[in-house]
Amino acid sequence: MNNTETTKKAQEETQKTERISGSEAIIRCLIAEGVDILYGYPGGAIMPVYDELYKYKDRIHHVLTRHEQGAAHAAQGFARISGRVGVAMATSGPGATNLITGIADAQIDSTPMVCITGQVFSHLLGSDAFQETDIVGISTPVTKWNHQVTKASEIPEVLAKAFYIAKSGRPGPVLIDITKDAQVAELDFKYEKCTGVRSYIPIPKINIDAVKAAAELINAAKKPMIVWGQGVILGKAEEELKAVIEKAGIPSAWTILGASAIPTSHPLNVGMVGMHGNYAPNKLTNECDVLIAIGMRFDDRVTGDLKTYAKQAKVIHFDIDPAEIDKNVKTDVAVLGNSKESLGLLLEELNENTHTEWLQEFKELYAIEFEKVIKNDLSPTKEGLTMGEVLKQINIETKGNAAIVSDVGQHQMIACRYSEFNKTKSNITSGGLGTMGFALPAAIGAKMAAPDREVVAIIGDGGYQMNIQELGTIFQQKVPVKIVVLNNEFLGMVRQWQQLFFDKRYASTEMTNPDFVTIAKGYYIEAKKVTKREELADAVKEMIASKNSYFLEVCVEKEDNVFPMVPAGASVSDIRLS
Amino acid sequence: MNQEIKTLTISIYTENNIGLLNRISAIFQRRHINIESLTTSQSEIEGVNRFVIVVNITEDQAKKIMGQFEKQIEVIRAYYHTDEETIYTESCMFKIKSSLLFEEPQIQNIIKDSGTRIVTVNKEFFVLEKSGRRNEIESLRRDLNVFGIMQFVRSGRISVTKEEMKITEMLSAFNNQ
Ligand SMILES: Cc1ncc(C[n+]2csc(CCOP(=O)(O)OP(=O)(O)O)c2C)c(N)n1
Repeated sequence: MNNTETTKKAQEETQKTERISGSEAIIRCLIAEGVDILYGYPGGAIMPVYDELYKYKDRIHHVLTRHEQGAAHAAQGFARISGRVGVAMATSGPGATNLITGIADAQIDSTPMVCITGQVFSHLLGSDAFQETDIVGISTPVTKWNHQVTKASEIPEVLAKAFYIAKSGRPGPVLIDITKDAQVAELDFKYEKCTGVRSYIPIPKINIDAVKAAAELINAAKKPMIVWGQGVILGKAEEELKAVIEKAGIPSAWTILGASAIPTSHPLNVGMVGMHGNYAPNKLTNECDVLIAIGMRFDDRVTGDLKTYAKQAKVIHFDIDPAEIDKNVKTDVAVLGNSKESLGLLLEELNENTHTEWLQEFKELYAIEFEKVIKNDLSPTKEGLTMGEVLKQINIETKGNAAIVSDVGQHQMIACRYSEFNKTKSNITSGGLGTMGFALPAAIGAKMAAPDREVVAIIGDGGYQMNIQELGTIFQQKVPVKIVVLNNEFLGMVRQWQQLFFDKRYASTEMTNPDFVTIAKGYYIEAKKVTKREELADAVKEMIASKNSYFLEVCVEKEDNVFPMVPAGASVSDIRLS
Repeated sequence: MNQEIKTLTISIYTENNIGLLNRISAIFQRRHINIESLTTSQSEIEGVNRFVIVVNITEDQAKKIMGQFEKQIEVIRAYYHTDEETIYTESCMFKIKSSLLFEEPQIQNIIKDSGTRIVTVNKEFFVLEKSGRRNEIESLRRDLNVFGIMQFVRSGRISVTKEEMKITEMLSAFNNQ
């Protein structure tokens, strides 16, 4: 059955009222919301729901991860590549708390996710019962919304609201905690999708005068520059952004979560901003006359020292979330609304333009960066393998069509800097929280949501071991993800800081690693280790050619650094090349 | 720039839901803003609660946190006002040994002059109640302190604005959607 048929059938089923148990209602709500896959881990307080899942297993596929954190990240990976809501489920107490890192990650990266946790019987609430934790209290600061259900009859309405809130406006994670008695009790079930919550305005109305004021500033600008973020991808505004960029001839840079919205090869794509972003867009942020921020939130990793950030520029900010306006950077024009719509309106108001000389400034700085950094990263002459050349091989073999799921650390920055992105939603990484352990489970979710895409996880030896148990999930579910561990036997990014700012005192960053290949093989995953440059190209080729999951360990230079770099708290124009 | 620290009264209209107090106080906590007083009750609209929170912050800070409040799903609207823009009051109670009421004629004068109400008197103690501005309550407390206070309690601020708040309009607009 295809997805629309499933949804139709589900809708028909929900028209009539039926007497069913709370746990069956939960499953029926999920089906009505189009959920066909969820990630989770069972336990006492959620067992009635698992029992129902058994009955519905032909309609909804439950993926048993090896850790609840894995379930949360898998749901995130699923959501990031599909734009649909990811669903994770866990039992009360430790199961629920294990979800928290993934929830916090989803919150800061605006990922739509619904988490369902079991809870002790409601008459035991607050009594320190076995496996009771106040998960609603714990998750409050890291959820878009959360709620505890203690009566079966509340289930349909609360779940409908959960899905609506998770995916509407600026998306985010929602947690619904359901007591065991509510799962067991019966209710008259009828499902209606939620279409609005009176205290919640997901998408603010666009003020056309603000769009006109923005256009006026852009039309008059000599040195305009765009920095776009994930808001473009979440708003499905890639086409509109491209049209704006091309019509007005504006050099455009991206934040880490904005990556891939516009192909890397686009002539007006001038690279990544931020701490390990490209030289030109960072430097020229402090020279542009109009800075156009689209669906990005001026994170401190992007702005460096706010006191010196783009002070010369008029700032225009497009965002869906009113709380982002003037939060970090004072704007001259704010355009609230959905990026697809607001960029569409902006396009009409823009004059055709080219900014050839201004673009030339970016090219000149790129040439400097190429000479000092990129050349050595991609085509090194020294003996040790670089992370950059591994990425280069992956680009070659996947022709820039892969979705790259990266973990956190040096390899992440290298993956974001050097991946070729032809398609949108190709960069799945933990941006705002910087969560090590994200990539392996997120890659599982991504591949399951987009089985037709090549999904390559790029992970450090440190982060890999934070959720290495998910190899078990990959094996059991036969998810054909490609896993590349860039092994430098260090917590590389921390070591880089120790080298640069702590006098090379490598406190607890050196790692003695196990035989990763044997471990992968222990999970029946094809595996190979590369230590020499001559072996690299063939190994990557073999990995990409494989129809199954594949593990590739590449031993890279132990003490390489990622440059350029804006030292923490410094101005973006003080970006270092070495 | 509105960088001067002022006493501001924040009014947050919300759905009547468990857990919101947590979300609201977390917003202050994350920004290291100390809450001077907090009152929560039903508002003029059925099913809608109102938090009245007094803080000492700059208007720039206030603007930013209004955005954070309104971002919460169950918050309907948040406003802030300066003292000049509001009519406000606090109330307090004093519990004092009964013997003092008769032995210290001064106390009777204080009660009379300050417009304080006697709530109850029994053998052991009597209870006074007064509503007013913070400085009036403080001055009363200073006067009574001399004689010894068994218990003192002061409420959070309650406040209404001089200007109309458009909240009712907003809600009916939603209901008619
Ligand atoms: C859960 C978690 N713990 C700690 C950190 C701090 N941290 C950031 S990068 C990094 C090192 C990552 O090392 P590795 O995974 O080997 O990748 P590399 O930097 O060597 O590419 C650490 C420890 C983090 N981001 N997340």
